[in-house]
Amino acid sequence: MIWIDTIIQGVLLGGLYALFAAGLSLVFGIMRLVNLAHGDLIVFAAYLILLLVSLLGLSPFLAAIIAAPIMFCVGWALQRHVLNRVLGPDILPPLLVTFGLSVVLQNALLEVFSADSQRLPAGEIATASVQMGGLNLGVLPLLTFASAILVIVGLNQLFYRTELGRAFRATSDDAVTAGLMGIRPDRIFATATAIAMLVVTLAAIYLGMRANFDPNIGPARLIYAFEAVIIGGLGSLWGTLVGGIIIGVAQTVGAAINPEWQILAGHLAFLLVLLIKPRGLFPRAVD
Amino acid sequence: MSLLETHSLTAHYGDFQALFGMDIHLDEGETVAIIGANGAGKSTLMRSISGVLTNGPDQVRFDGQPIGGLAADEIMARGVAMVPEGRRLFPSLSVEENLLIGTYGRKVQGHWSLQTIYDLFPILKERRNHPGAALSGGQQQMVAIGRALMSNPRVLLCDEISLGLAPVIIKDIYDAVPRIQEAGASLIVVEQDISQAMKVADRVYCMMEGRVTLEGTADTLSREAIHDAYFGGAAA
Ligand SMILES: Nc1ncnc2c1ncn2[C@@H]1O[C@H](COP(=O)(O)OP(=O)(O)OP(=O)(O)O)[C@@H](O)[C@H]1O
Ligand SMILES: [Mg+2]
Repeated sequence: MIWIDTIIQGVLLGGLYALFAAGLSLVFGIMRLVNLAHGDLIVFAAYLILLLVSLLGLSPFLAAIIAAPIMFCVGWALQRHVLNRVLGPDILPPLLVTFGLSVVLQNALLEVFSADSQRLPAGEIATASVQMGGLNLGVLPLLTFASAILVIVGLNQLFYRTELGRAFRATSDDAVTAGLMGIRPDRIFATATAIAMLVVTLAAIYLGMRANFDPNIGPARLIYAFEAVIIGGLGSLWGTLVGGIIIGVAQTVGAAINPEWQILAGHLAFLLVLLIKPRGLFPRAVD
Repeated sequence: MSLLETHSLTAHYGDFQALFGMDIHLDEGETVAIIGANGAGKSTLMRSISGVLTNGPDQVRFDGQPIGGLAADEIMARGVAMVPEGRRLFPSLSVEENLLIGTYGRKVQGHWSLQTIYDLFPILKERRNHPGAALSGGQQQMVAIGRALMSNPRVLLCDEISLGLAPVIIKDIYDAVPRIQEAGASLIVVEQDISQAMKVADRVYCMMEGRVTLEGTADTLSREAIHDAYFGGAAA
């Protein structure tokens, strides 16, 4: 029973990692851009929510509803004015620019909010739990997991059922030909990053309510997200969820055996999957 | 004033100059063929007109407006669509999605719709849910043509739509051309297959090394003159 409980906790934790990763996966899938500042953008969004919570006295969820359009615009502007300029056949410039952005964001947050760790007030749901088949499940992890599923279902609908999604896929296949069909790749990319920032805002709520955060935790979050994306198979959103779950379960099981093994177990699981399936579990057919 | 004109059009790939002052024009309702050997610059000309390569604004004029400096999507929005060389279907889109992408972001009015494209190429209706890559070369070419028509363009640029296809298939594809003309589009057809080009075209331009070497109506040009202009014979 303890093991089942541990594994379920791990699965739910995987939902959080999938939320961290979904935006990264979306952006990579459309423009082959690895955003090294993704983790820092989640932290940035968490501070934005915190600011709205303390200024306006809102609950984190309400504050996030205000933060979301702001983050959407941040994503649009970032892509339109910075990242689009460095996208090209060479993958190094965007890596360097997003790495630089990561450093800038960390320092700016440090300057404004100091290094003190903060937390979003979660109220009752922080400790609330429900009984399910003899298991005691936290409401917050359940909510996180449900949000991850919703985000992935939503993004998949967008991708495969809408005109915008069609344009996303066409641009990802061949940006020059997409241009000939009347699609502006730079706008498509800006829209994709803007949407990714909506997911980032959602991830930031759970990041901030689940545990303390400070300006420097972004890169560690990026690593988990990155591992989830890679073992899931680049560009597959459901794969990203599975990847997140594998890392989450490995971490909780590792921690159950020996608390010091938590982080290491996650990374080992990542390496193990890559040894068996170097292209990830659900690689896209075309690439 | 012609519907589409180029004026002293030049094009470069880095230091390499591919077009040296091309002057061509296309009148409303006309079909013009561009012929020339490998590397003559035919595709470069198509890329310049369609906006994949940008030029000086006045080097390409459409409907009286300078469009040489516009990006591909803006030129497409004004009514110049291209069937690119090598077809270039989107592999992650189904046949129908490939067609629909031709109407992205705008409501277009005119003869061409999914329904009329399927009437033109009935096989595509059967295959509409297949990925583009699962089709034969000829069927892929039909999708590429249909995709460009979906925007109901005033000018359709076709870059070697017979490339790599068997003669019977080429005939199938070219059988569609009169119906495209009837629906109101003016065409520029790039071809290496001279006889095929002469059958559909009102006028012909022959290109060599980035220049026009011969121009005339399809019925007045002799085979010898075309041969010389094409291969750079005595007359050139
Ligand atoms: N992307 C490119 N970069 C550099 N040079 C290029 C590029 N594309 C074409 N060229 C050069 O420009 C010249 C014209 O090429 P273009 O493709 O326009 O010829 P074409 O007439 O379409 O030939 P084909 O019949 O083989 O399609 C050639 O010398 C070619 O090598
Ligand atoms: Mg060519």
